[in-house]
Amino acid sequence: MIEYRIDRRSGIATYVQIVQQTKQALRLGLLRPGDRLPTAREVVEATAINPNTVLKAYRELEREGLVEARRGLGTFVRRTLGAAGADTPLRGELADWAARARAAGLDRDDVAALFTAVLDEHFTQTQGDDT
Amino acid sequence: MTDTAIEAAGLGRSFGGRRALRDCTFRLPTGRVCALVGPNGAGKSTLLTLAAGLLRPTEGTIRILGTGPADARERIAYVGQDKPLFPQLTIAETLWLGRELNPGRWDDTAARRVVDAGGLDPAARVRALSGGQRTRVALALALGKRAEVLLLDEPTADLDPLARRQLTGLLLADAGENGTTVVMSSHILPELENACDHLVLVDRGSVRLAGGIDELLAAHRLVTGPASADLAPHTVVESRTTGRGLTALIRPGGTLSGDWQTVEPSLEDLLLAHLRSPAAPALLTPPAEATAR
Repeated sequence: MIEYRIDRRSGIATYVQIVQQTKQALRLGLLRPGDRLPTAREVVEATAINPNTVLKAYRELEREGLVEARRGLGTFVRRTLGAAGADTPLRGELADWAARARAAGLDRDDVAALFTAVLDEHFTQTQGDDT
Repeated sequence: MTDTAIEAAGLGRSFGGRRALRDCTFRLPTGRVCALVGPNGAGKSTLLTLAAGLLRPTEGTIRILGTGPADARERIAYVGQDKPLFPQLTIAETLWLGRELNPGRWDDTAARRVVDAGGLDPAARVRALSGGQRTRVALALALGKRAEVLLLDEPTADLDPLARRQLTGLLLADAGENGTTVVMSSHILPELENACDHLVLVDRGSVRLAGGIDELLAAHRLVTGPASADLAPHTVVESRTTGRGLTALIRPGGTLSGDWQTVEPSLEDLLLAHLRSPAAPALLTPPAEATAR
């Protein structure tokens, strides 16, 4: 079972933190299909956050098809996240690119800035900026 | 059934010649967890005692769950700042009294859970308890009553951080499960920001802000720009100029033109800006506006 940690100073909306931590647990294999998420009551008792915040996060996870609520039973994981496994060819290509960037004289921060800029171009932000 | 927990219309209360509260008009829907905030002496405790029916208004009206506070007394639990309990009773006797005084409503499991979570000995006398332990017993009574509206005046002020987290968690989990409306006053903003979904800001006896926290934050913007820029179409709550720059908290009245750097304010930004600017107009977001029923 996952345990959420709420960072009150992160500036990230609390429900987004729950969504992100759940996704992280899915990527790391700490949560697998069929696993039950803690009930809203359990999360609220442990974290002292508003119950509606937990429900909002669970609704968001449900909307993305990652979990499903079964009436009277709880909320269960439906599928896992992990398209970016260690063995995907995309990783090899990225590694080649990183080596070329380094050879061209870019340092770590230059590469990170470039990568983030391209990331922003290709993926619209869906989290953290819609509250 | 009503969907309004508390509705105040022109509510005021004077003590002698001093008006502790005046012209308060707002509505709190049921099922909300409402933060009641404001500086010391702003009128928070007066508002809570009026809602609990322990004081009568000198102006206007306040209605709880669609009726007068006296008629709703069974459905309200009020925990005052001084946590009045009988010092000579033991904890077990206090809970027994709670059951006797609330026939048909009392939830012994809920009350005991609060006492047990603190490791308190049921045979201990209330007078031997510390302030924080007394708070725990008072909250146990309030939760055991299974009230529909909980009115808590600085409920966590004398609790240690662990007990505060634990009791707030129990309180919110219980309220969420039963659809209880909670109003709690506090000065601990980060805690309120996560626990509450509704806000009432009282300042110098008046309601300055009331509404859902998300709606209130969304109605404001913190902007930074050149000092020469014009904020004309917007309601400026507070603006400060430093050198060539200007920082302001505004309620946008249309699109923001020009080179403004714009962010949504934090709850703290919002509250402090209003407290520093007593002349800024009050704002009630739709669920907090008084209804014509």
